[in-house]
Amino acid sequence: MTDQTTPLLDIRGLVTEFSTETGVVRAVKGVDLTIGQGETVALVGESGSGKSVTSLSVMRLIQKGVGAITGGEMLFRTRSGQIVDLVQQPENAMRAIRGNEIGMIFQEPMTSLNPTQKVGAQIAEAARLHQNLTRKQAWARAVEMLALVEIPDPARRADVYPHQMSGGMRQRVMIAMALACNPALLIADEPTTALDVTVQLQILELMRRLQREIGMGILFITHNLGVVAEVADRVAVMYGGRIVETAPVRELFAHPSHPYTRGLLDSLPVVDHAARASGQELRLRAIPGSVVDPRNPPQGCDFNPRCAWVIPECRAAVPALLPVVPEHRARCIRWNEVHG
Amino acid sequence: MAEPLLVVEDLEVHYPIGKSLFKEGVTLRALDGVSFTVGKGEVVGLVGESGSGKTTLGRAVLRLVEPTSGRVQLGDKDVTALPPADLKALRSKMQIIFQDPYASLNPRMSVGQTLGEALMLHKIGTRKDRDQRIGDLLEQVGLPRSAAARFPHEFSGGQRQRIGIARALAVNPEFIVADEPVSALDVSIQAQIINLLQDLRRELGLSLLFIGHDLSVIEFLCDRVIVLYLGRVMEMGTAAELYANPRHPYTRALLDAAPVPDPTVRRDRITLKGDLPSPVNPPSGCVFRTRCPYAIDACAEVVPPLETLESGHRVACIRSHELNLANPIA
Repeated sequence: MTDQTTPLLDIRGLVTEFSTETGVVRAVKGVDLTIGQGETVALVGESGSGKSVTSLSVMRLIQKGVGAITGGEMLFRTRSGQIVDLVQQPENAMRAIRGNEIGMIFQEPMTSLNPTQKVGAQIAEAARLHQNLTRKQAWARAVEMLALVEIPDPARRADVYPHQMSGGMRQRVMIAMALACNPALLIADEPTTALDVTVQLQILELMRRLQREIGMGILFITHNLGVVAEVADRVAVMYGGRIVETAPVRELFAHPSHPYTRGLLDSLPVVDHAARASGQELRLRAIPGSVVDPRNPPQGCDFNPRCAWVIPECRAAVPALLPVVPEHRARCIRWNEVHG
Repeated sequence: MAEPLLVVEDLEVHYPIGKSLFKEGVTLRALDGVSFTVGKGEVVGLVGESGSGKTTLGRAVLRLVEPTSGRVQLGDKDVTALPPADLKALRSKMQIIFQDPYASLNPRMSVGQTLGEALMLHKIGTRKDRDQRIGDLLEQVGLPRSAAARFPHEFSGGQRQRIGIARALAVNPEFIVADEPVSALDVSIQAQIINLLQDLRRELGLSLLFIGHDLSVIEFLCDRVIVLYLGRVMEMGTAAELYANPRHPYTRALLDAAPVPDPTVRRDRITLKGDLPSPVNPPSGCVFRTRCPYAIDACAEVVPPLETLESGHRVACIRSHELNLANPIA
C-alpha cells in the first residue's frame, strides 16, 4: 500500500556546487520543494537562476568532477511505497529509478534522441531496460506508447528515424519514451521552448491529458509565464539559486509578493488598448540591470541591485522565505508592501 | 497611413532542390507572391510558424538572398534591379538585427572596432569623428562610452543585443529588418530591449520590419502585422484590428495558441492539428486548408486571393465573409 499523505518528492535544503577556474560556484543554494502525486509544479526562472541545475540534481545527472550535490536531501516515494533519499542513493540504485520511476524530457528532442536508431527501437529499449519484456512485447509497447502520445499511424511511425520527424513529433516521441515505464514523476525541462506556439499548445494539451489519465507528478521547468499559467498547480520562482517565492498558481499571478515576481509579470508585453487608442506610446516596466551572475552574487538578497523596493537591510542578510498567506511564501522583508 | 518607404511587390523566392545530372529537381517555394509596404516611421510585424518563410522574406527584402522574381523598392531606389556592386551603397540605408547577437559579433574585435568598421566601410566621418560617433552610438543604446574598449564576451545577452542594434544604427539606416531580436533574451531583459526599440523608433523615425514568433511582443511593438503561412500572406492589417478581429482561421489559431499569462483565463480555442506541410509539395488551392478546421471542398480548388475588407484589412480566405472568428475570451 502506498502512502498518499507524504509528497511524491520532498526536496529539503538542496545545495549543488560546481568547481570552476575561479573557484567554487554555488548554483543551487538550499532549495526546498515538494511535488505531490498528480500535481504539476512549475519551477520558473531566467538564465542562471539554478532551475535546470535543480532538475538535473533530482535526476542525479550532475557530472562528477564538475559539480556535486553538497547538501540537503531529496526524499522520493518509490512505487513500493518506500521513501528513499535520492542524494544518498548509489549510482546503480539511481539507474533503476531514473527513466523508470522518474521520467524526463528536455528542450531539444533532437539532441536527446539517437539519430541512428529508429524511434520505436529507442522506446522499446527504454521499456526493456526496466521491465521484463521480450523484444516483441517491447516493440508492441513502443507502438502503444506512440499511439498514447497521439502520433498518427503509430505502427508505421515506430519504424522511422528521428530526422524524418518534425520537432513536435520528436517531442512526442520523447514523452512516449519518458512514460514507457509508467513513472510516478516526470521532469520536463523547457519541453516546449524550441517549438512553435501552435505545436507548443498541442504538447501542453497532451501532457495535461496524460497527467489526468496516469496521475503522475510533473516538475515543469520553464521561463515562460504564459506556459506556467497554462499548466501549473503550484509555482516556485527561482532567482540566484534560491526560491524567492512560491504559491498556488492563481494566488501567485493575483498577488505576487516578491519584487522579482512582480517585475517579471510587469515585464510582459501586454497592450493597454485604451492608452493605445488615445495615441499614447506604450512602455514596459522593465527590470533594470542584468540577471545575477552566480560567480559573483551580491551581498544579502540576490535581487537587491535590481530591486525598486531595496533598503539598507536588504544588503545585510539573505531574507528567509516568509509566509504571506497559507501556502504562499516570499523571500522578501518588504513582501507586505510589494503584495499590495 | 504614412507614405511608404519600402514597397514589396509580388516577391518570390524559389529554391531548386535535388536536381542532378540524372534527376529532375523539384522547386521549394519559400516565398510565393508576397506584396506589402512599410511606411516611413512604421513598424510592421511578420509572424508565422517556423518554415513560414518569414526569415527568407526579411533577407530577400535586403537582397541577402536573391529573389527569384518580384520587386523591392526602398525610397526611390529599385533594390531588386541594382547590380551587386551597387548594393553596398544601399546597405547604409537598410540594415538588419539578428536573433543571436553573440553569433553575429566578431569575438576578436572590440565593440569599438566592430562599430568603427561599419563606419569605415561606408566612409562615414574622419577617424576622430568616428570615435565620437561610436561613443554617441553606445550611449544611444544605453551602454557606457567605455564599452567601446571591451569585447563581446564581456557582455551579457541583453547588452550584446544593444551592441547589435548600435551596429545596425551606425550607418544611419532608414529601414531595419529585426529578425527575432528579443527571442533569445530573458523576460526581464526582453522588456528593456523592447523599450529601447520604442525609443529609437521615436527619436530616429526608423521604419522596421519586425520578425517574431511571440504574438504579444508583435502586438506591443507593431503598427501593422503580416501573417505568413508556407510562404504566402494569409492576412494583414493594423495590429489593433487583426488582434481584436482576426478574419483568417490561421490568424485565429495562432492567437489562440499563444499562452496567456493569466491562470484564470480559459478559452474556447482552435487547436491546429499536425505540422506545416512541406513547401516542396504544398497543398493545392489554399495552402492552409490541410490544417484548417473550416476547410471545404472549394478550398482545394482555388488559391484564395488577398481580398481587401471594409475595415481596410486584407485576408486570403474564401470563407472569411461567413466565418465569425472574433475571439470569445471567457
